[in-house]
Amino acid sequence: MLAQISQWFIWLNQTTGINLTIVYDSYDRGRMIDGFLNTIYLSLICLVISVIIGVIGAWLQRSSLKWTRRLVQGYIQLFRNTPPLVQLYFFYFAIGSLMPKIENKYGIMQPILSNWDWAIISLSFFAGAFNVEIFRSGIEAVPKATVEAAESLGFNRLQVYLYVVLPLAFRVCLPALSNNLVNLVKTTSLAYAIAVPEMLYVANQIWSDNLNVPEMMTFLLFAYVFLVGILVWAMNRLERRLQLPGYGG
Amino acid sequence: MKRILLGSAAVLTIMFSSIAIAHADVLSQIEKRGTLVVGVKADYRPYGYLNPSNNIVGIEPDLARDVAKALGVQLKLVPVVASNRMQFLDQGRVDLLIATMTDTAERRNVVDLVPPDYYASGVNIMARKKSPFNNWESIKGAPVCAVQGSFFNEMVARKYGAKLVAFKGSAEALNALKQGRCAAFVFDDTFIAAQLQQQQWSAYDIPLKTIDSKPWGVAVKKGETRFARFMSGMVVHWHVDGEIIKLQKKYGLTPIAYSVRMHKFFDDNFVPSAN
Repeated sequence: MLAQISQWFIWLNQTTGINLTIVYDSYDRGRMIDGFLNTIYLSLICLVISVIIGVIGAWLQRSSLKWTRRLVQGYIQLFRNTPPLVQLYFFYFAIGSLMPKIENKYGIMQPILSNWDWAIISLSFFAGAFNVEIFRSGIEAVPKATVEAAESLGFNRLQVYLYVVLPLAFRVCLPALSNNLVNLVKTTSLAYAIAVPEMLYVANQIWSDNLNVPEMMTFLLFAYVFLVGILVWAMNRLERRLQLPGYGG
Repeated sequence: MKRILLGSAAVLTIMFSSIAIAHADVLSQIEKRGTLVVGVKADYRPYGYLNPSNNIVGIEPDLARDVAKALGVQLKLVPVVASNRMQFLDQGRVDLLIATMTDTAERRNVVDLVPPDYYASGVNIMARKKSPFNNWESIKGAPVCAVQGSFFNEMVARKYGAKLVAFKGSAEALNALKQGRCAAFVFDDTFIAAQLQQQQWSAYDIPLKTIDSKPWGVAVKKGETRFARFMSGMVVHWHVDGEIIKLQKKYGLTPIAYSVRMHKFFDDNFVPSAN
């Protein structure tokens, strides 16, 4: 069956010039599958970390300490107002070179954080900065009366945040959060600039070797539509699942 | 009517003959004007580059000077780039090209690439002197920096099993090599050789045997048979005398395998031994 499909794509290349090596060439297929999985892996990790950053950041933003608030504000401004590609280069080439080094098996002093690590850090902080503001908007939408009611039940500040404010805020900001997470998945393609072997990087390698640029570009477009489609579908389901009767939309 | 036809035929004849005169053999033109015009690179250290006083110097300008000396004429160097060099030759703006030009079948249709070739470049790696790499098989599994889009990347990854870390440009790849993010950097051996001349890379070298070597040719305009034969003689002489090996040493390069092989070949076969 697989052999027949391969044959058909070889025939397609010979007759029409449409060259999808990722179907019939096992080497190209292998690396494209790896690239696809790497994109999913990178997206998932950054997604989780950036949401955690958002929750913690929104909490710290309401701190009674002036310098904590300023620090969070500085972080948000820095990451929102610079291009993510510049951030990646900055982390990898500038900060990365200052990291302590350990000797690897080739006798080379290698910096401790790899291009993968820096991609995860950089993209998570990038999306996290937006998430902080998204969660803040949700928190501010929680009625003051609700918070006061929780306080009168004897909850302390952290308990009010975790058990009352955050669950309600989360529901309010879900649409905005979905938007930002969709953006994050698309932004992972920038990691190819620091040689993280995700889909765009692999596609670039394949089209350099086979000169099938239009085919790979088209494939990439559909692959991202597919991935983002899954994410949007999951977020919609979550939104419906969490819906409270009489609260919000 | 007849007269007009005859007249125009005469004019045409005169025109063609004048073109024929203008197109007299380039070798006689060079002798008549007393200057040889050679197209060389001005941005490819150490093959052809600008020195601080803005003169073009390097291995290829030195070879050009040798040609001018043999012809007994003055030398004029014209900087060319890959995209315009064959047009310069075709339009007669230069008499000769010695400009890091790879000898290919397509180019042989456009210009006269003089046999034998005078140089060759191929694929090699740049690694620390104490690195464990001594043959291409030894890079299996090693993280090797590369430049996205280089045609040899696939071969290095597929055939030799290197774990390629490909960046957008050579500057980023070299930076990553320096930071210790890869065990080696795979690229054109001539580019690596030029990099190694710089102080910052003194702890690095080219440890492997160059593969996929492609020869560079000296080119003259198509149809300039006499000059082409003369240049063939010059190139053979460079190989016999080891001239190119000497120039590589002069400019701080380790002589490439091609030069050594050609020198040995011509020396063994064409120079009678003393005994």
